[in-house]
Amino acid sequence: MTWTETLRTAWDAVRSHRLRSALTMLGIVIGIASVVLTVGLGQGAQDEVKKQISALGSNLLIVSPGSSTSSSGVRGGFGSASTLTLQDADAIADDETVPDVAAVAPVTSSNTELDTSSTNWTTSLVGATTDWPDVRKRTVAQGRFFTAEEVQNAAKVVVLGPDTASELFSGPTSPVGQTVTVGGTQLTVIGVLSSSGSSSSGSTEDDTAVTPIGTAKALTGSTSSSVSTIYVEASSDDTLSAAYQEINALLLNLHDVTADEADFSISSQDSLVDTANATNKTLTVLLGGIAAISLLVGGIGVMNIMLVSVTERIREIGLRKALGATPRVIRRQFLVEASLLGLAGGVIGILIAYAGARLLPDLIDQPVSLSAVATAAALGTALALGIGFGVYPASRAARLTPIDALRSE
Amino acid sequence: MTAVVHLEGVRKTYRSGSIEFEALRGVDMSIAEGEYVAVVGPSGSGKSTLMNILGCLDVPTDGSYHLGGEDVSTMTETELAHVRNRRIGFVFQQFNLLPSLPAWRNVELPLVYAGVARAERRDRAQAALARVGLGDRVANRPGELSGGQQQRVAVARALVTEPDIILADEPTGNLDSASTSAVLGLLDELHESGRTIVLITHEHEVAARASRNLTIRDGLITADEPVVIAS
Repeated sequence: MTWTETLRTAWDAVRSHRLRSALTMLGIVIGIASVVLTVGLGQGAQDEVKKQISALGSNLLIVSPGSSTSSSGVRGGFGSASTLTLQDADAIADDETVPDVAAVAPVTSSNTELDTSSTNWTTSLVGATTDWPDVRKRTVAQGRFFTAEEVQNAAKVVVLGPDTASELFSGPTSPVGQTVTVGGTQLTVIGVLSSSGSSSSGSTEDDTAVTPIGTAKALTGSTSSSVSTIYVEASSDDTLSAAYQEINALLLNLHDVTADEADFSISSQDSLVDTANATNKTLTVLLGGIAAISLLVGGIGVMNIMLVSVTERIREIGLRKALGATPRVIRRQFLVEASLLGLAGGVIGILIAYAGARLLPDLIDQPVSLSAVATAAALGTALALGIGFGVYPASRAARLTPIDALRSE
Repeated sequence: MTAVVHLEGVRKTYRSGSIEFEALRGVDMSIAEGEYVAVVGPSGSGKSTLMNILGCLDVPTDGSYHLGGEDVSTMTETELAHVRNRRIGFVFQQFNLLPSLPAWRNVELPLVYAGVARAERRDRAQAALARVGLGDRVANRPGELSGGQQQRVAVARALVTEPDIILADEPTGNLDSASTSAVLGLLDELHESGRTIVLITHEHEVAARASRNLTIRDGLITADEPVVIAS
């Protein structure tokens, strides 16, 4: 008996007991759908985190003063606690000593009140250089960013974050070309940043005012060359840790301290990504485990029904044997039948998972990303469940002697 | 005439726990090609056991059984399945048709196990159904046919492989008298066209249609006589 005949026989059997076949498949359908969806949800969450982090700049290293990891390392009481300087930034930018760095953006930051003729708004005033948009992955929506010359001359210009711009200039006219006043000094708005696209920290990222670093110092009355943070972009993801090592060595050397008494800290977004991914992974494994148990229950359901089916069709088996079916053919028929149930359950489960992947993001605002690999693995699992749990019923059917089988009522 | 069926000293002992029961106690018999033989006996006589052994559904405990020249008494289950498929056409009391399949697919079943190609199977199944007078019921499922028609489908299924013997086990036991005479008429026709038929029955009027009657009692053949047609 050929495989196509076996398949046809099995398909006939599945089809002639529609309700029973459907109920048998249900367990597998639910199991596969939930496994695929859970893995998809976990993957989706991971992708989302990755996307948000890379919106911040994934090759980003953040050099902060003090041993604290907080960017507000300037602690009250110690007036000159800022240990990072523009000279440090220039040294990091040196291609010779730190080859794995692509761009360096030292910034100062302070909270300042901005005034227009009609209103005012307090925001974080960032002093920056021309590399800032590159390193922080920001773009300008209107107008332009300031030039190297303007940085050099500490020109009285400012680029506003989108939220800040809309707080200060609510009218229909563009903020670009208008002026804001900071402590009596007039600054010309030359551009508005586009939204950072990062929802997690969007409010602070989008509420800011950026001026040339010299301008910011002049406005806050600071004469030192200290900076609050140095953002460093490594040349690629792969060189991130090399860049980290180089900067660490360079700064220890420049500040003439040992690693134990380092007066700065370097952090990267990687640790953030790792933590987020670890959390997601734990959740995915947990939910996936529960789904896998339901899959197992589904498989046992298949075995259960196949055993019932063997008992119920004992006469049919006897007849087939009388007509010349060998034990091997009978075993194959029942195995193929169980595999068909498993496979069909798997296919339906995957279809439901794909439908769910389309609907879920609208319902729970959670991205789902289904991978072809996970789908193929789910199909393979469904088939294996059918075969695995079909073996016992099939061999029972094969062992029946034709007379006993024919005689049974 | 060559013997299609040849049994020598066939014994069959059933064991359940410590109790032994000898259903056949040394049966010798020969059936020649083209014969129409009825095995008659009351229930408990060993009739069913003999039928199972003749049909290769069971093997004798002792003795030898040659079917079409082949010694089948020592074969494995798989070999027996092949012999049943090639050499024996079964007609059962309960018809034993698969209710989900149309008539022609019931009839083609033995050919499926024989490995015959699909197109040929369909042709042969249709021819066999035409032979039993059901050429117009090819696509009907068993549930849509009368008892007599279902048994004719079963006869067509027994015929379709051109077996050495047709083994009919109480083929009329579930039929009304009209259907009974139709099925027996069909067996008569098959006999006339040269088929070897073994009919197992407890009804004497059914046995009287055969050309030779074997009477079995207590596991032994007690009488072997040609049927004398009453004038």
